Amino acid sequence: MSKITQEDVYGWLDDVSDPEVPVLTVLDMGIIRNVQLSEDNGEVTATITITPTYSGCPAMDVIGMNIRMALLSRGISHVVIEQQLSPAWTTDWMSADGKKKLKEYGIAPPQHAAANSKTGLFSKEVVPCPRCESEDTQLVSQFGPTSCKALYKCNSCKEPFEYFKCH
Amino acid sequence: MVDHLYYTLQLADNALVIGHRLGEWCGHGPVLEQDIAITNMALDHIGQARSLYQHAAKLFNELPQDEKANQFQSVALSLKISNGDALEEDDLPYLRDVWDYRNVLLTEQPNGHWGNTIARSFFYDIFQQLYYTELQKSSDEQLAAIAEKSLKEVAYHVRWSSEWVIRLGDGTAESKKKIQTAINDIWSYTGELFNVSEAEQAMIDKGIAVDTASIKDKWLQRVNEILNEATLTLPEDNWMHEGGKNTQHSEHLGYILAELQYVQRAYPNMEW
Repeated sequence: MSKITQEDVYGWLDDVSDPEVPVLTVLDMGIIRNVQLSEDNGEVTATITITPTYSGCPAMDVIGMNIRMALLSRGISHVVIEQQLSPAWTTDWMSADGKKKLKEYGIAPPQHAAANSKTGLFSKEVVPCPRCESEDTQLVSQFGPTSCKALYKCNSCKEPFEYFKCH
Repeated sequence: MVDHLYYTLQLADNALVIGHRLGEWCGHGPVLEQDIAITNMALDHIGQARSLYQHAAKLFNELPQDEKANQFQSVALSLKISNGDALEEDDLPYLRDVWDYRNVLLTEQPNGHWGNTIARSFFYDIFQQLYYTELQKSSDEQLAAIAEKSLKEVAYHVRWSSEWVIRLGDGTAESKKKIQTAINDIWSYTGELFNVSEAEQAMIDKGIAVDTASIKDKWLQRVNEILNEATLTLPEDNWMHEGGKNTQHSEHLGYILAELQYVQRAYPNMEW
C-alpha cells in the first residue's frame, strides 16, 4: 500500500457530511482545524483537530464518530479526535462551495462576514429567499431547528425558510 | 489548586442549572417559535456546562492524591473517588448533591410565568456577556477559550431577553404590570452575581477569575438602559439573597437535581 498523505485524508474527510445539514461536508463547514499523520511500525495514526460550531451542538459527537469510521475504513490504524475551542468557529470559514450547496438545498447561506452582523435590538438582516430570490422576507425567530439557523418567511412566494446565521 | 476546581465548578453549575431551568419550557412555550428559541438557549448553556465540567474533571484528576479524598461531601461521588477512579465530565453534575453545588441562587429560581423567566434571563444574560468578555483574558487558557466560544452564543441570549423585556414593558397594561412585578421579585437574587466566594477571590488574585467588581457598573448601566426603554424601573430595596456560591441553596435546587440525576442514580453508568 502506498504511503497515506494529508491530501488523501482531506479527500476522505470531504466524504463526511454534517448529520444535521447533510448537504455540507465537514470541510465545507470549516470545522477541521488540523490533520496530523504519524507512522510507527507501519501503523498510521491520524490526529484530527475539530472545532465545535456551537457549544451545545449535538452533531459534534456524531461528526467525530463519522470521521473516525471514514478513516478507519481507509486503512488508518488509529484515529485521535481532538477538540479545539479557540479561535472560536465562525461562518467565515464556510467554503464558497458550501454556501452554494446550502442555497440549492433550500437554506439561505450566511450573507456576510460575521463581524458585520447587525446586533442592535430589533435590528433586521436582509436575507434573500433561497427559492425565489426575493428580498422581501421576514424574520420569524433568531432560533431555529438547529443552533446555527434562524427562521424566516418569504413575503413574495410565501414559503418559510431557514437561514444559516452569520456567527 | 482546589480553589481552581471550585471556581470552575461555580461557572459550570451556573451554566447547567440555568440551562436546565430553560429546558423545562420545552413543550410549554407560549408559541412554537419561542418554545424553540428558549430550548436553543438551554442547549447553549448546557453545551457551555459540558466544556466547563470537562475542564473541572481534568483539574480534579490533576490534584495530588492526598487532596482528592475530601473535596466533596456527596456519597456517590466520594465512593467513586475512594475507588481511585479518574472523574469524567458526567460524574460532576450527576453524582454531586445539593451541598456540593456552587451555582448562584438566581439560576435555580423557578420559571414562574413567561415574564418571570424573561426577567431572570435578562439580568443573567447581561451579566454573562460582560463576564465572559473579561474571562477571555483569563490566565487559564482553557477557561479563556470557553469564554471566547460562549460569548458568541450569549450575544443571541442578551438580544432575546432584552427585546422581550422591552416588548412586555412597553406592551399592554397587563404585560407591563406582570414584567414589572417579575423584575421586582427576582431583583434580590442579582446581588450574588457580584459577591466573591473564597475560591473566586483566590482565582482573581491569580488572574484566572474575573473581578466582578470591575463589571458591576457596566451591568447596572446596561440593565437601566433597557429598563428605561421598556418604561420599567428597578426596585429601591437593595437587600440581597446570597448563599449559592458557598453551597447553601434554596429548596428548589434539590428538586432540579432529583429530576436531572434520577436515571444515573437509579441505573449507574447507564448510556444511550
